[in-house]
Amino acid sequence: MTIENNVLVKLTEVGLKQRNKWLVKGVSLIVERRKIVTLIGPNGSGKSTTAKIAIGLHKNIEGNVEKFTDKIGYVPQKISIDWTLPLKVSDFMVLTDELDEEKINEALKLTGADHLKNQNLGNLSGGEFQRVLLARAVSKKPDLLVLDEPVQGVDFTGEIALYKLIKEIADKLNCGILLISHDLHTVMTATDHVICLNGHVCCSGTPKDVAMNNEYKLLFGEQASQTLSIYEHKHDHVHSNDGDIKKN
Amino acid sequence: MFDDFFIRALIAGIGVAFVTGPLGCFVVWRRLSYFGDTLAHSALLGVTMALAFEINIAISIFIISSVIAIILVKLEKNTNLPGDALLGLLAHSALAVGLVVIGFLSFIRFDVMGLLFGDILAVNVDDLIIIWGGGAIILIVLKIIWKPLFASTVNYELAEAEGLNPDRAKAIFTILMAAIIAISIKIVGLLLITGMLIIPTAMARNISDTPKKMVIFSICGGLLSVIMGLFSSLQFNTPSGPSIIAAALLLFVISLFKIKQTIQLKN
Repeated sequence: MTIENNVLVKLTEVGLKQRNKWLVKGVSLIVERRKIVTLIGPNGSGKSTTAKIAIGLHKNIEGNVEKFTDKIGYVPQKISIDWTLPLKVSDFMVLTDELDEEKINEALKLTGADHLKNQNLGNLSGGEFQRVLLARAVSKKPDLLVLDEPVQGVDFTGEIALYKLIKEIADKLNCGILLISHDLHTVMTATDHVICLNGHVCCSGTPKDVAMNNEYKLLFGEQASQTLSIYEHKHDHVHSNDGDIKKN
Repeated sequence: MFDDFFIRALIAGIGVAFVTGPLGCFVVWRRLSYFGDTLAHSALLGVTMALAFEINIAISIFIISSVIAIILVKLEKNTNLPGDALLGLLAHSALAVGLVVIGFLSFIRFDVMGLLFGDILAVNVDDLIIIWGGGAIILIVLKIIWKPLFASTVNYELAEAEGLNPDRAKAIFTILMAAIIAISIKIVGLLLITGMLIIPTAMARNISDTPKKMVIFSICGGLLSVIMGLFSSLQFNTPSGPSIIAAALLLFVISLFKIKQTIQLKN
């Protein structure tokens, strides 16, 4: 398989029916290199299902999935590690791929989890674990990153930093990202293309287009479309991680 | 050297322990102990088939256990019964049918107790070849499928999403389970094979903090159990299987003190 026009994965009219109920239907999307595509939508709207279809975790689907890469990094929404399995962060990093020490350290550092390397996976907090999950997915330098609610459990400042980081990763690794989030306003600022799901594609486009869309307003309420305008105004300064304030 | 029955049993037991160590880890991690039991129970049917058709016992057990595993997968797909109920159904049915068939085979005299609990007198040179040859094949195959099997044990979807093939690894692992039961039946006996898989591994879990250490300690625990068990079997004229498992239990109890220590250190 070759990568044409930087397209990494292309879904055409895909759907999945389980127990006589359509979980998602008629979803089309394209993820390209260096682009972040974000899926938003209420609970049960089929965000995770769509992401899983894109990476081939669901069989018996309707429609067509074309994958142009096998190098995929995945951060699942829920992952529980059994305590019967003694697993350190450093073991977890090489779960699906062989990596040398340097790459492991580099990836952990990137997500701010380098101090956790020798910790037991079971002892991590939710936010720490999320950082390790992200580091693991990034460490193998994938072409396509699929992130299902990657910042859940991360504290608010960390959350913004992580979203910023995700944007940096897309450029740095030259990869495409399929992101799932319910966190509207942060997502709106850090994405190229938004797809609003509710069993089907409600609306899609640039964050701005989607926020102005009537169906989106119906789904998330009038309030939601205003979060964007709050974030659209320009700041004359930036906050760096160590608390410094820099004038633009 | 192989003339002495005890040396033969010892070499056989050591061979078994090398294989049950790593396989046992996966049995514990993947929560398959009852599945192991089911395969082991069905081994009795395998033995009766071997006697009836005069084929090698290990091969016969391997075939029957694999068939039972396939039936289990089919039943899981096609019925609404929970996994443990199906396992119980298959385990006891296979055991019962096996014992009934033995009843019909009254013209053959053999030791049911030895079959259930292991018999060190029964190990011959052919068995040694099967245990060490088969054991080597099992370990090589396990090494090959280690990555996908381990990754899918930690998280199935992660493994599948990132291009490993967890279903194939699982299927191969099931065959390996049938194989280890086939080769260890003479030493440990079919009622206690799962104990040989689980107890040294449980001991290892208590004293290890990485998967690799757990595998190594599990092998060491198995080896010690076999050696201690077989010597006491010789000394006290007890069946070999229970003696080995009792030794493994002893090691497990000792390892509990280690946990207590680490918990105290933490506080």
